[in-house]
Amino acid sequence: MPEFLQFLFSGLTVGAVYAMVALGFTLIYNASDVVNFAQGEFVMIGGMVTAFLGYAGVPLPLAALLAIAVAIVVGLLLHALAIEPARGASAVTLIIITIGASIFLRGAAQVIFDKQAHKIPAFSGDAPITFMGAAILPQSLWVLGGAVVTFVAIFLFMDRTLLGKAVLATASNRLAAQLVGINTRTVMALSFGASAAIGALAGILITPITLTSYDAGILLALKGFAAAMLGGMGNPLGAVLGGILLGLFEQFSAGYVSSSYKDAVAFITILLVLFVMPSGLLGRRAVERV
Amino acid sequence: MLEVEDLRSAYGRIEVVKGVSLKVAAGEIVALVGSNGAGKTTLLRALSGVQPITGGRIRLQGESIEKAPPHRRVALGMAHVPEGRQVFAPLSVEDNLRLGAFQRNDDIAVDLERVYTLFPALADKRRQAAGGLSGGQQQMLAMGRALMARPKLLLLDEPSMGLAPLLVQQILDVVASLKAEGVTVLLVEQNATAALAIADRGYVIETGRISLQGSGAALLRDPKVREAYLGV
Ligand SMILES: Nc1ncnc2c1ncn2[C@@H]1O[C@H](COP(=O)(O)OP(=O)(O)OP(=O)(O)O)[C@@H](O)[C@H]1O
Ligand SMILES: [Mg+2]
Repeated sequence: MPEFLQFLFSGLTVGAVYAMVALGFTLIYNASDVVNFAQGEFVMIGGMVTAFLGYAGVPLPLAALLAIAVAIVVGLLLHALAIEPARGASAVTLIIITIGASIFLRGAAQVIFDKQAHKIPAFSGDAPITFMGAAILPQSLWVLGGAVVTFVAIFLFMDRTLLGKAVLATASNRLAAQLVGINTRTVMALSFGASAAIGALAGILITPITLTSYDAGILLALKGFAAAMLGGMGNPLGAVLGGILLGLFEQFSAGYVSSSYKDAVAFITILLVLFVMPSGLLGRRAVERV
Repeated sequence: MLEVEDLRSAYGRIEVVKGVSLKVAAGEIVALVGSNGAGKTTLLRALSGVQPITGGRIRLQGESIEKAPPHRRVALGMAHVPEGRQVFAPLSVEDNLRLGAFQRNDDIAVDLERVYTLFPALADKRRQAAGGLSGGQQQMLAMGRALMARPKLLLLDEPSMGLAPLLVQQILDVVASLKAEGVTVLLVEQNATAALAIADRGYVIETGRISLQGSGAALLRDPKVREAYLGV
């Protein structure tokens, strides 16, 4: 039982991070049909910038805010310099552009920072909390809490504000969105900025547990993508569900089978989804196909 | 209200609007009729800015707008009800209408009530997803959404397409009633008889060029129009 709880808890923790990355994929995909493989680099930027500002003596909360700001600027530049000029290009071209951007960002991080692994101090110390025999890191609670706050904020924004509805409208019918006077370019920029902020926040929250380095984004993008596919590409709720499930699969298979299969779980998930249910668990909301 | 001069638009290298000039005066209903593939939809899309143009000028209330992005044209008073309705399927009827007023900052409660009065069928379904409406209701929603912008100029692309005759009449009655409220309308229709009957003036477009123009009544009597578009 303590073992089960332990795996459950670590599964939820990494799952929350995958869910945040998957939500980032979804926001950009919905606004622009772009599958942004530079999503993992936003996570890396969040962790790395916070770590290095921390070394320079900047207090942690301020460093975290600055790191998020840096990620947002990178996200907006990615949209303005790489995606917008290629508007109208095929989906494959756009994917190649984002892969190129992710390689570029990794290279830049290697030059600006270094190749070492870096840590951010845990927000509330490292002493584990014991809960029914399982040891829980206080930082895990920060990750889960941060993820929940992010999801609730995004869903309230979409559901309660006219700008949020404009984002949904752009996702559902770009032509009609333009015709009612929505600046769809701004909506795309907004979604790149929001995805970058969410990714960076995920990086800041998880780095005290997993460490980070210039290339930490590769695996995270892959796992976030697997989670988004599993939940149904384009569905924000699906992204959250897919992320949590993937995190749980991964930790339980690592715990009960072998940790050497941990990273393979994401690959297997992608393949299974492609073969068995290409539209994922929740798919795109069915009415959209009418 | 609207002045179009030598407008050209192409898909790739194939030009489908080949130098169209037309005028719509304030308060007029102007019909644009023509057969399948004549370029009507492309022309309207060029006017609202979602279709690139290769030449010509567009003036709305004297202001050149051919370089303005679509959302600016909406802000300047143009609303376009596109071919095929294009409602926001997953959003509710009321959200669709609210988004119609996206460029406005003032109170829209009156406008919502007005749309529900014009189209009572929508009032009962205000909380339902637009994708679940019937074709006729989606057409009403598309028109209602455009009216929410309080447009000065309304561009309508085949509002009667695929609708039962009774609904066609209802939609065209609404178009005619808009005139009384001072809305200017450019109406594209394949259903030339119905369109010319409510229009002050009309243009006939053939393979990207205006071939005939005149008052609605005169065009309805024109032997060439009768033969080509009215099947008489
Ligand atoms: N997306 C497109 N790509 C290439 N050619 C197109 C495209 N859309 C329309 N065309 C062509 O442009 C020409 C004009 O089309 P358009 O849709 O403007 O005509 P229309 O008068 O609206 O016809 P309809 O009455 O059938 O709606 C047609 O020959 C059509 O085949
Ligand atoms: Mg057409």
